[in-house]
Amino acid sequence: MRRAVLISVPYVWLLALFLIPFAVVFKISLSDIALAIPPYTPTAKDGIWTMLTQLDFENFVFLTEDDLYWKAYVSSLRIAVISTILTLIVGYPMAYAMARAPSEWRPTLLMLVILPFWTSFLIRVYAWVGILSGEGFLNQFLLWTGVISDPLTILNTNTAVYIGIVYTYLPFMILPIYSALDRLDGSLIEAAEDLGCSRIKAFWLITIPLSKNGIIAGCFLVFIPALGEFVIPSLLGGSGTLMIGKVLFEEFFSNRDWPVASAVAVILLLILIIPIVLFQRNEQRQAEAEQ
Amino acid sequence: MAETVFAPWDDPNETPLIRFRNVTKRFGDFTAIDDLTLDIFEREFFALLGPSGCGKTTMMRMLAGFENPTDGSIELAGQDIAGVPPNKRAVNMMFQSYALFPHLSIWDNIAFGLRRESSDKAAISARVEEMLKLTRLEKFARRKPHQISGGQRQRVALARSLAKAPKLLLLDEPLGALDAKLREATQFELMDIQEKTGTTFVIVTHDQEEAMTVASRIAVMDEGRVMQVATPDRIYEAPESVYVADFIGDVNILAGTVKATGDHTYALGVENGTVTAMSERPFSDGQTAHLAIRPEKVAIHTTAPEGTDNLLQGKVLDIAYLGNLSTYHVELPGGQIIKAQTANTRRLSRRDITWEDTVWISWTKTAGVLLDQ
Amino acid sequence: MTRLSPFNVVSLTLGFVFLYVPMLILIIYSFNESKLVTVWAGFSTKWYGELLSNDAFLDAAWVTLRVAVISSTIATVLGTMAAYVLVRGGRFFGRTLFSGMIYAPLVMPEVITGLSLLLLFIGIGLDRGVLTIVLAHTTFSMCFVSVVVSSRLMTFDRSLEEAALDLGASAFDAFRLVTLPIIAPAVISGWLLAFTLSLDDLVIASFTSGPSATTLPMKIWSSVRLGVSPEINALSTILIGLVTVGVIAASLGSKQAALRAKRDEQTAARTA
Repeated sequence: MRRAVLISVPYVWLLALFLIPFAVVFKISLSDIALAIPPYTPTAKDGIWTMLTQLDFENFVFLTEDDLYWKAYVSSLRIAVISTILTLIVGYPMAYAMARAPSEWRPTLLMLVILPFWTSFLIRVYAWVGILSGEGFLNQFLLWTGVISDPLTILNTNTAVYIGIVYTYLPFMILPIYSALDRLDGSLIEAAEDLGCSRIKAFWLITIPLSKNGIIAGCFLVFIPALGEFVIPSLLGGSGTLMIGKVLFEEFFSNRDWPVASAVAVILLLILIIPIVLFQRNEQRQAEAEQ
Repeated sequence: MAETVFAPWDDPNETPLIRFRNVTKRFGDFTAIDDLTLDIFEREFFALLGPSGCGKTTMMRMLAGFENPTDGSIELAGQDIAGVPPNKRAVNMMFQSYALFPHLSIWDNIAFGLRRESSDKAAISARVEEMLKLTRLEKFARRKPHQISGGQRQRVALARSLAKAPKLLLLDEPLGALDAKLREATQFELMDIQEKTGTTFVIVTHDQEEAMTVASRIAVMDEGRVMQVATPDRIYEAPESVYVADFIGDVNILAGTVKATGDHTYALGVENGTVTAMSERPFSDGQTAHLAIRPEKVAIHTTAPEGTDNLLQGKVLDIAYLGNLSTYHVELPGGQIIKAQTANTRRLSRRDITWEDTVWISWTKTAGVLLDQ
Repeated sequence: MTRLSPFNVVSLTLGFVFLYVPMLILIIYSFNESKLVTVWAGFSTKWYGELLSNDAFLDAAWVTLRVAVISSTIATVLGTMAAYVLVRGGRFFGRTLFSGMIYAPLVMPEVITGLSLLLLFIGIGLDRGVLTIVLAHTTFSMCFVSVVVSSRLMTFDRSLEEAALDLGASAFDAFRLVTLPIIAPAVISGWLLAFTLSLDDLVIASFTSGPSATTLPMKIWSSVRLGVSPEINALSTILIGLVTVGVIAASLGSKQAALRAKRDEQTAARTA
């Protein structure tokens, strides 16, 4: 009896506020826009069967016809992949150095990595606006050192988006890699060197393979949210930066085309299912390996 | 006045405290307990002994109420306890991990069970103090479990499970987490406390020495079945099967076919001749049997002695020197190895048997047990 | 072995410079006299003064705080229940769906979560405001709470609960007197996580709030879209300061607890 209450309260909550909303999105994505505002035809009042027969894939057809959406999906994927790789390049050496640091420093280093995660995401992205702008600190600094003679245009380009994603998602990359490297038995490296490996060879043959699961987990943790990112491309990217999260937001709030926005969301979800399933499988394998 | 021997299991007028009647427990396809019938009497110190996975923990968990039998019934003091939840049973358990509540002091841990059924503060306090005294923990009452040593934690777990004065106390590998020295001392302490409180103890263990030391009776289990229930000396001296003989202590097994040669006397044809053994258990001629004989009952000689019941020749293969004892591994011509054990009552340098020596081994016809399975 | 190689020192230094310099610049320039945020014109705290007299910001802050406290508290209760069900509930009808619904929001793009909730609220005719933001925040943050709490529950020694039952406690008492006090640190971190997520959220709040309720991130967003503003720098500095103090206090607290535990173990070893 008590168990039933315990199960049903969070269950019903999630059904009502997570699953049903998705059904609504799915339904609307198949509906026609009647006016710029609801209701969308068909509605349930017309009877279930009428409703079902009048649903169509018009909005999805529209998405394939207008190449804006197609380009936005491809561009989101490209930006997410590139920034994931960049985050790995920045994050791995940091995670490695943290795992190698004296053990009394490690809690502090770990806290320093986690601290930005607790600070507002929006503020951290915003901080780069002042740095990357035409008369921003980066240009001032580079002009002062004489590296460049004309200010660079970084803000409102894809480069700024990469920097923003690397910056905000860096902790997600460092933490799983660090925890994998932290568990790595130092004597394995010594054994490899004892058996004739050079330092670098031992790193490639022992450290990298044994931190593989951390690398994979970190990459997914950056890639998945980066794909649907909205704040970073809107704030740091330019009019040429196409990302699907931004398109959806604009379709919804500026064009008020809710059925098309819903169709965009459904497709984004379908694209995300693959990395999410792969990520889950990686986590599961790791959990099994630990047992 | 002679003290009467505590042996309620031999008295037909005694009613058992616990009765397992044809109990079977299955987890999916796996049968943990297979049609088991067993009686345990009041004030007994009963040991369930067996390798891991033999079902002894399942039996204990069924007594505590964490599992229910798939078939059959379990009675406690004449009442079927199937379906009675653990918090309504007059049974308490001492967990293998001790399961001390880490956020409560020793005092509050011991009082936990008492507070569940009574709000009489003075009575609870008196009982907790009594338990602290019994387990010599008065000094540590205000400490948290992580602030005391492993041995003290073990005593807290005992005090906590005894505080409600249960009819039956279950102990799951109670000494498993202690080191060898402490374990020995604690075994006697457990027996002492059991005697003082008069509680029935059921202990689960895989350590045969522990079971032999503490228990009034031992049930040797294997794969969900009870192989033998008897007092420690009967289990050791009169095992009913090769499995029990082999599980408890060290044993030599000689297999062969039997032929009756006299009253309760049989000749067993083995690889290197014939050996004679006495047996209360009847055997028919030509039946396969196993002679189980303990190494300490096998004597070793450099020259053939006169007038022994059984005498075999062999070669010393290995000598295990254990300080107080030495075990000789003697290889018979057919390749079978017989272990013979002698007490080292003399200094090592004076002994004269060494590797590769040809020796004689002998034993009396009552030294071994003849088994049919 | 414990000395870091130059390469490691360099990568750590550069990494932390990258992580912290943007925030440091933000903080320094919040004390800038000039309205031009990239030109230093002397020290001043005037932007803090303006911020604190800006009613729109204060109202937004008050809405955000209310939403965060209410939603994280409900989310903690629901998330803990969900974690308990997932780890201890055994089999029940629709268990796979349930665990799917717990894990999916963790990886769901905020735009989708926001959109779907908005369409639901419109569909059932619920007026958008503080209530709808609370419902939305509770839904996604309860999943984070449940992940934090269930990972603690998975390592929880089940025999402690069994011992409580064995000593006569009811299932509810066993949870209240034994399980909950022991998993309390995880429940508290779950609450803090839910609280932070709610304070932080822009996208879902933008979708689910109405004209009557503007949260602080929404307010910040509408002003940073127009470019850098010293008032926002001041606000950011306050927020960064609060978080830093909180995180450092928490880590000092846990360090102290670890030290105490170590001392306790030593005492235990001595008295053995």
